[in-house]
Amino acid sequence: MAVEKKYETPLLDQLERGEWPSFVREIKMAAASNAMSNDLLGLLEQSYREKLGHWKHGGIVGVMGYGGGVIGRYTDLSEKYPDISHFHTMRVNQPAGWFYTSDALRGICDIWDRHGSGLTNMHGSTGDIILLGTRTEELEPTFAELTALGYDLGGSGSDVRTPSCCCGKARCEWACYDTMGLTYYITNKYQDELHRPAFPYKMKFKMSGCPNDCVASVARADISIIGTWRDDIQVDQKMVKDYAKNGTDIVQEIVLNCPGKCMAWDGNNLKIDNSSCRHCMHCINVMPKALAPGKDRGAVVLIGSKAPIVEGALLSSVIFPFVKIEEPYDDLEFLTAIENMWDLWCEEGKNRERIGEFIQRVGLGNFLEEVGLEPMPEMVAHPRENPYIFYEEYFEEG
Amino acid sequence: MAEDKPKRLTDIGPPHYEKFLPPIIKENYGKWKYHEIPRAGVLVHTSDTGAKLYSIRAGSPRLVSTKKIRMFSELADKYSDGYLRFTSRHNVEFLLTKEANIEPLIKDLEAMGHPVGGTGTAITSIVHTQGWVHCHSAATDASGIVKCVMDELIEYFKEMKLPGKIRIALACCLNMCGAVHCSDIAILGIHRRPPKINKENLSKMCEVPNVVAACPTAAIRPTTHEGKQSVEILEDQCMFCANCFTVCPALPIADPLNDGVSIWVGGKVSNARHEPMFSKLAIPFIPNNPPRWPEVTEAVRNIVEIWAANARKHERIGEWIERIGWPKFFKLTGIEFRKEHIDDFKHAGLTFKRSAHLTY
Repeated sequence: MAVEKKYETPLLDQLERGEWPSFVREIKMAAASNAMSNDLLGLLEQSYREKLGHWKHGGIVGVMGYGGGVIGRYTDLSEKYPDISHFHTMRVNQPAGWFYTSDALRGICDIWDRHGSGLTNMHGSTGDIILLGTRTEELEPTFAELTALGYDLGGSGSDVRTPSCCCGKARCEWACYDTMGLTYYITNKYQDELHRPAFPYKMKFKMSGCPNDCVASVARADISIIGTWRDDIQVDQKMVKDYAKNGTDIVQEIVLNCPGKCMAWDGNNLKIDNSSCRHCMHCINVMPKALAPGKDRGAVVLIGSKAPIVEGALLSSVIFPFVKIEEPYDDLEFLTAIENMWDLWCEEGKNRERIGEFIQRVGLGNFLEEVGLEPMPEMVAHPRENPYIFYEEYFEEG
Repeated sequence: MAEDKPKRLTDIGPPHYEKFLPPIIKENYGKWKYHEIPRAGVLVHTSDTGAKLYSIRAGSPRLVSTKKIRMFSELADKYSDGYLRFTSRHNVEFLLTKEANIEPLIKDLEAMGHPVGGTGTAITSIVHTQGWVHCHSAATDASGIVKCVMDELIEYFKEMKLPGKIRIALACCLNMCGAVHCSDIAILGIHRRPPKINKENLSKMCEVPNVVAACPTAAIRPTTHEGKQSVEILEDQCMFCANCFTVCPALPIADPLNDGVSIWVGGKVSNARHEPMFSKLAIPFIPNNPPRWPEVTEAVRNIVEIWAANARKHERIGEWIERIGWPKFFKLTGIEFRKEHIDDFKHAGLTFKRSAHLTY
């Protein structure tokens, strides 16, 4: 059905020129037959004119039985743009690795064209498919159609957020464990925690197959699972010489860039002292045909990363230096340990306190003790420099 | 007789990814041997048995209409037996097994307005947030700036001609919905004035203890206003982070006159060579200048090109700056060093230069 109202958008029109694909063109494509997207054009043009957003804090909307997965959104200009008076977002849990078939995508598009704005984000930063903009009364019917097609909502609020991962073994020669398999397992194992917010704040899992960390797990996840290996890097000396012959400066580009200072090149053989190898991936990145991660593969698990609000940004820190990740995943001990950490965090954490901030507040040493883990030097960049030690052991007279 | 209502499905989780993997991936799952990047936007993965998978990567605005998704689906039907994926940075990838399909697919994508590139040492898609399109706390628009910066730097998306990897991200406010805090170049929407307190309605809209607790610098105190609960803000202690607004709609902070963006540099998430590190402040404030934000695109281009001209092979921006020192970074880029660049939050002292390691 053609939309009647036409908005003049002189500012947004200027974002249609240029070689990068234009989001304005996307909104206009949807707006041609969708009144919601059309009103969005009007509102966005006004925002560009005023340099001010026109969305209110979301209300509590969702589907029955879930506390997350829907972000409520209302405009503060509902009289002027009635077709986006409600403009809620539905987060749809993506297939691991963001692999699709054309039929699958069309199925989702069909549902969304029936119920919403015709606009999506492929994808949101956490990883979900974002269905961008619909009314409250459309939420249940959309959810029913999505589940009938085999999809479910993702997380939002103080719950387990939708886990995401790199493409891992589906395509990458460096995957040290099955990132997609583990992500699928974790997502299903924690469905209740994902749909029903019961934590002090959000809890994100991100799985990368190797220390290149292509899903930025160390920066964005409360639980960062980064693939790695603990035995020797695999070296094909013939191929190393091939790279050298074809213009790779082995010394400048590789040996001198090694953080462990563990490599040597004599023009014939690349020597690696694996005991100092930091598993940084650089040498492997530069010579993918000559080098590969070792065979004894697994992952390092880190905890606690977050964006600045409130106490400052954090990168995740090591909690399990090396775990094997093999099926059956039911036997993975580190997941049980993480659940114990959740129990502690739920009990003692403050409202909106991420687990990383909680650890900062109570002290990592105390945190480890409470969840029954031994302190290990791998957990620190270096031991403390300040002498304010809370000694717990002391002698008594007599 | 009552009809049997179909049971309402919940907690089913996502569909299994196996449903969407092309046969070549199923057959070679975990058996990939190496990859090559013959040109920007084309990855070739070779398996242990010699099977080859071609991934063609094209830029996408992240905000895509269902119409565009259908167009991608048609291309996938035409060239890759219907198989495609999206990347962690919002690009689209078509998974081909026939090498002969690469060129025609690239032509069709370009004709559709989707340049092919973003691999290796190319600039890839800018991870970004909702901005004025959908977010209640946006200090700037996200999609607009991303479009402008990518337009400006499109040559670096379509060709791999930079010395090392570079990841650009944008967040429309300090909530930073995406790894903006660890990017080679980050664009961050900011406020510069405290919130305006809606004293009439605060007690109805907000929980005062949450508001007080939300402030990183303890700048908020409870108070009363005409018998109603309210808060007061010690404006000297407010650094405009807007977390109070996040928990209390009665503290609006958006200000068209004073909001803008800041530019940060030098972060990375990968472990290659240097450990992951945070981005550091480069430019404290550029005003919002929609629709094309020319000052922002110029500032980003300047940083990219000074880095490209001076860095060694593989050196990311943060590593390059570590080698040449921050004073040289400011000198080479012509960016003014100001009071705002000096940290003053907790542990700020750890960031001062406490050695004689200076360059002249």
